[in-house]
Amino acid sequence: MRSPDLLRHAWRVASKDLLVEFRSRTAILSVAVFVVLVLMVFNFGRDPTAVSNIDLAPSILWVTFTFAAILALNRAFQLELENQALEGLLLAPIDRGSIYLGKLIANLVFVATIEVIGVPLVALFFNVPVLQYLGPLVTTIALATIGFVAIGTLFSAMTVRTRFAELLLPVLLLPFMILPLSWAALATGRLLAGRPLSEITGWLNMLAVYDLVFVIIAVLLFPATVNE
Amino acid sequence: MLRAEGLCHSFGAVRGLDDVSFSVQPGQTLAVFGPNGAGKTTLLKVLAGLIQPQRGSAHVDGGRRAIGWIGHQPQLYAQLTVRENLRFWASLYDVSAPGDLLTRLGLEEYADRPVHALSRGLVQRVAIARALVHDPTVLLLDEPFTGLDRVAAEALRRLLGDVMKQGGASVLVTHNVEEGTELATDVAFMRAGRFVHFAPRAGRGPEQVAEEYRHAIA
Repeated sequence: MRSPDLLRHAWRVASKDLLVEFRSRTAILSVAVFVVLVLMVFNFGRDPTAVSNIDLAPSILWVTFTFAAILALNRAFQLELENQALEGLLLAPIDRGSIYLGKLIANLVFVATIEVIGVPLVALFFNVPVLQYLGPLVTTIALATIGFVAIGTLFSAMTVRTRFAELLLPVLLLPFMILPLSWAALATGRLLAGRPLSEITGWLNMLAVYDLVFVIIAVLLFPATVNE
Repeated sequence: MLRAEGLCHSFGAVRGLDDVSFSVQPGQTLAVFGPNGAGKTTLLKVLAGLIQPQRGSAHVDGGRRAIGWIGHQPQLYAQLTVRENLRFWASLYDVSAPGDLLTRLGLEEYADRPVHALSRGLVQRVAIARALVHDPTVLLLDEPFTGLDRVAAEALRRLLGDVMKQGGASVLVTHNVEEGTELATDVAFMRAGRFVHFAPRAGRGPEQVAEEYRHAIA
């Protein structure tokens, strides 16, 4: 299948997912509330004299995004199981890679929405300077998010038909998230500490390579994960 | 138009299909009757390419683009309206949703309602519209009359008749011998993954077919 077809069909799948979510708003609202609550718990549960905000904020930011993303990824293919719409997608004369890419795009928009809520809250609760490093911070968040959402979307497809999908997804996904999360947390820490951009370039490069490798692997493996 | 050769498929120790071979030509409707677990749905899934058989092969002229599937589940998104669902499915086949399908299935007044707000019978009608949205030439029908009221069942018969007249073919699996026989040009009985009877209907009525079915699967 040609790339324009692949991307066109992927966009149609993604638009449909986003429209379904826009109509129900159940997942985005519950995950947004989750993000707010987690950040509040961290805010009130910490001892501000023990660890400085600059040291604490990156870890809290990424722990919050990780669990919020897992909640979001769990619903990605659940939607297709209602009324067995997944069978309809598999029957359609489209490359199965486009189903994966469509889901990936929709999940990225979903997780990005959560991150848009989360970053200002972290800045507010932990009093860290975000605006002056916004560009590099957005780049770091985007690169890390693409990596773990790419692999998470694949695992979501693998686990959706299992009995313990909601448990199995984090068990499979978290080991794969260790590397991008640690690179992203280190880069975010350096940024918030006002270190020069040259100090984070290496991590950003590694995140970009991680994204490329895992998106390609996931597109190639996805057809096998949805076969009965 | 549609050909199955030596299809075999097992789910662990359970045999789903056991050396099933047949072909369906343009204008033919094969009705497959069988008890629960006989392998009817597995047969349709193999024909549709949703399951790769462990042995044998299935071929449909025109590939996936030619197939229209009506199954137990409507394959619709409950939050989307009828029109949005049809538009989405049509877009995957790179066609625009034909408006006359809504009229022919009596769905015009429900077009802008979300699917979750429709009754079971109406949802099944939308599922039929979804299956026909890309003008398929091969229909795979899994208990298509389940949940349909009389009007919708009649509309489905008319639509199937239209597809056959245009040189299409269909395979219909059902428990309902009466409704299945009415549409069939060929009849097969299935038990434990095998065709135990496969022959043209040749003027046999539903009662005769039902009687032969009872004997065949006893």
